[in-house]
Amino acid sequence: MKIDIILCGVGGMGALSSAAIISKAALDMGWYMKQAETHGMSQRGGDVQSHLRISDEPIASDLIPEGQCDIILSVEPMEALRYLPFLNKNGWVITNKNPFINIPNYPNQDELMAEINKIPNHIIFDADAIAKEIKNPKGTNMVVLGAASKYLKIDIEKLEDAVRSIFGKKGDDIVNANINALRAGRAIADK
Amino acid sequence: MDKLLLLGDEAIAQAAIDAGLSGVYAYPGTPSTEITEYIQDSKMAKERGIRSEWCANEKTAMEAALGMSYAGKRALYCCKHVGMNVAADCFVNSAITGINGGLIYIAADDPSMHSSQNEQDSRFYADFALIPALEPSNQQEAYDMIHYGYELSERLKLPIMMRITTRMAHSRAGVTRKSEVRAQNEMSYPKDKMQYILLPAVARRQYQSLLDKQQIMVEESENSAFNKYIDGENKKLGIIACGIGYNYLMENFADRKCPYPVLKISQYPMPTKLVSKIYDECDEILILEEGQPLYERLLRGILNKGKVIKGRLDGTLPRTGELSPNAVGKALGLEVECGMPIPSLVAPRPPKLCDGCPHIDSYTALNEAMKSFPGGRVFSDIGCYTLGALPPFEAIYSTVDMGASITMAKGASEADLLPSVAVIGDSTFTHSGMTGLLDCCVDNANVTVVILDNEITGMTGSQKSSATGRLESICTGIGVDPKHIRVINPLKKYFEENVAVFKEEIGYKGVSVIIPRRECIVALNKRLKAAKKNK
Repeated sequence: MKIDIILCGVGGMGALSSAAIISKAALDMGWYMKQAETHGMSQRGGDVQSHLRISDEPIASDLIPEGQCDIILSVEPMEALRYLPFLNKNGWVITNKNPFINIPNYPNQDELMAEINKIPNHIIFDADAIAKEIKNPKGTNMVVLGAASKYLKIDIEKLEDAVRSIFGKKGDDIVNANINALRAGRAIADK
Repeated sequence: MDKLLLLGDEAIAQAAIDAGLSGVYAYPGTPSTEITEYIQDSKMAKERGIRSEWCANEKTAMEAALGMSYAGKRALYCCKHVGMNVAADCFVNSAITGINGGLIYIAADDPSMHSSQNEQDSRFYADFALIPALEPSNQQEAYDMIHYGYELSERLKLPIMMRITTRMAHSRAGVTRKSEVRAQNEMSYPKDKMQYILLPAVARRQYQSLLDKQQIMVEESENSAFNKYIDGENKKLGIIACGIGYNYLMENFADRKCPYPVLKISQYPMPTKLVSKIYDECDEILILEEGQPLYERLLRGILNKGKVIKGRLDGTLPRTGELSPNAVGKALGLEVECGMPIPSLVAPRPPKLCDGCPHIDSYTALNEAMKSFPGGRVFSDIGCYTLGALPPFEAIYSTVDMGASITMAKGASEADLLPSVAVIGDSTFTHSGMTGLLDCCVDNANVTVVILDNEITGMTGSQKSSATGRLESICTGIGVDPKHIRVINPLKKYFEENVAVFKEEIGYKGVSVIIPRRECIVALNKRLKAAKKNK
């Protein structure tokens, strides 16, 4: 079993923090993992991405080969499209709906939606609204991760355990807020 | 022991701590920064009293590491590839002096220039200085190699380079630590008191000793557990895979055995017997190097009259940039899958100055002031403020190397390009700008130097700046007239008066310094968040 995931967004949106949770869950299951991150200059409002690979067998490359990614997980709709060359034929794109506009030439939103609708397997939803609804406005990335959990082939309980382990130091409130966000996202995917 | 989830950088740092490190010396630089940061944040490193503060630049860092090694202790030096240029004087000579305590230099290269001005390959430096180089292919190997590297360093009495690249540095994987932590070395004096005195007579002897070790170094590579010959049935092609090039090769054979003989290289100098074996057995050679085609060129020779050598030079692989599983797949003639194309409406999203960044106000005021000096030019430097080259500012005309803003402005002013203005960050100024400012004062050059003081090393992620609290006294000490050292507050509300200061000092015929001072917005937010947490 092998799952290749690209997590993406814009520097500072917390796109990459979900990666730590998936990785922790994978390691706890005794799986192998590799995760290539973006650091440095692009973090200043530029596009950021992370290649996350988990498998029950050793993994060779830190980078996902083109055409092999199973899931693109994005906190921003245009960023989800940037990595389409990596997506495999049966792959899923799961993305937040709200654009992050910090460039003058951001595409027309109807045209953007039309492009996303061309992707055979996709879920696009207002993760920000759900995060606000459950009173965790910073939990957008957790909501998106929750929605993706359906396709991750990792039990959501395992992800919740990982949240407990990673956020444990920050106290029960933070842990519960993140777990609620995960569950709210999962509910969207199950609908 | 449990597996730790570590970046390549962190695996190196943890390994060094476990291998009895006494001190790490570095200046921040992507993708090397996290090595030192990990040691700074490590509880274990604190308990063991490991020295880990940032240094003013890569040269001071490497020299201090050499000093710690002189005193018999194990030291680590880290830099990004261009930092090797800054430290090169010490680097090459330290191969001649040799070491006392184990000494490893980490050079983190950035092929594809994700966060850099060039993609130079640090393996050239190791080859040039005639010292061994290690190039891990994965995080576990990086961890294990640090232990081996210190042992090798102390056995050969030479510094060792470990060369990594962005994907190795910034990729995370499970790493198993050694069960035992090695004690630090006791302080000890070098046995030969002449060893470090590179007077010509001594240097000639030491250089000969370095040359005498070359064959031993090749034998080490020949027998190294990190270099591996893996046989294959199809001898039409032999593949030499260096560093993480090996991973990209194996990715293409994830579901089957590679049919060709493969020589995995993670330790240099090249193991000549193993290279000779694959060359003799196979019809053609493909060489995978993450970086520049150093060994491809050496293998071809000037005349390239031997067997066909494929790689970056003949177009089998792209001439520049990082390797990738697909690039290697194509080089092997395999059918390479590709997903959907990127829709044409997807716009590039280049990095930009953060909202609330003090540099925005500095550039806005400087641009306004420069309108009064239409023939002038602004020379800039390496840091977040390099983004002032992009719209909406388009304020600067150069960014070359650490410190070059001041000296290039000086040279241009001496060619009658007036006014010539330099823009440099606080940390870059203490890294390599101070000597340039001294040149300006000695020559009474007609330049204005703007030192953007955000009280932090910003671009690499808020590391402490050696300049903080010292800029005015440094400039005065160097010889700038205190009347022409002007500190301003880069805020929108002071726009008019800041423009006036810029105009006055740019108009002044002589050396003037303007210091726009306001804390980096990222650092400020981090500080406020931490303060809130500690309440």
